[in-house]
Amino acid sequence: MTAASELPSWAALGVAILVVAGTTMTLLGSIGLLRFRTFYERLHPPTLGSSSGTMLVVLASILYFSVVRSRPSIHEILILIFMTLTTPVTFILLARAALYRDRTEGNSDVPSDPLQGPADPSA
Amino acid sequence: MIARLLPYPALAAVLFVVWMFLAQSVSPGQILLGTAVAVAASGLMVSLRPKRTKVASWSKALVLGWIVLVDILRSNLTVAWIIASNPKTRISSFIQFDLALRSEAGLTILALIITATPGTAWVQFDRASGSLVIHVFDLVDEDEWIDLVRTRYEALLIEIFEP
Repeated sequence: MTAASELPSWAALGVAILVVAGTTMTLLGSIGLLRFRTFYERLHPPTLGSSSGTMLVVLASILYFSVVRSRPSIHEILILIFMTLTTPVTFILLARAALYRDRTEGNSDVPSDPLQGPADPSA
Repeated sequence: MIARLLPYPALAAVLFVVWMFLAQSVSPGQILLGTAVAVAASGLMVSLRPKRTKVASWSKALVLGWIVLVDILRSNLTVAWIIASNPKTRISSFIQFDLALRSEAGLTILALIITATPGTAWVQFDRASGSLVIHVFDLVDEDEWIDLVRTRYEALLIEIFEP
């Protein structure tokens, strides 16, 4: 990493702040994933990593490589676009699978299927 | 002729630009490869027969993009704070309501917005009745969330895709 030593201190500080902020958001998301009880609650925290976590690390990368190579580096934006388009697909699929399972097992606390009426006719 | 070769010119253009960004070079070889990939991949889309989507208002699309960016950043902070402080009174729950939006592109984008925003997740949508189930991480007022989805996102999406 010889390039890192050529980085002016203002850029090094900016990159460091962005990376630490991004990883902190991702870490908080992971802690939330461990901490909450129901599956549906656990759906939410990881989106911190896939949104602001990724965004901040991408910004850090843009700043670092733009300064080191002395030309704008913006292709990292693609990572952000791909992440934003693909992760919700997985989340929706997981939520649907969990809901299907809960309904099949007759668990309460889940909304009844709008297509099939109340999950429990006796209720 | 050009329609046969490039059935989806916008898609081909986007693929080409993405390729050039990834290659990080404008050498003739990369331009040739990028063009080949763009033509081949957009040509393959024909067999999927996607419905033609027309964006009625690009300015409104930009407004929506800005609103979504601000909302994502704001709810990131909210959810991060909830994880850090873990208030005992927090209730997370499903809410169900009806959408008026019917266009495929509009619904896809709404699903992406709701799921990509921390704190809300798209769970189930019934196309026939328009009934939507979402899960909210920190539910305070159900009507407030329904109102937010309807007025903040759905109304704009209808104006963009179903003028």
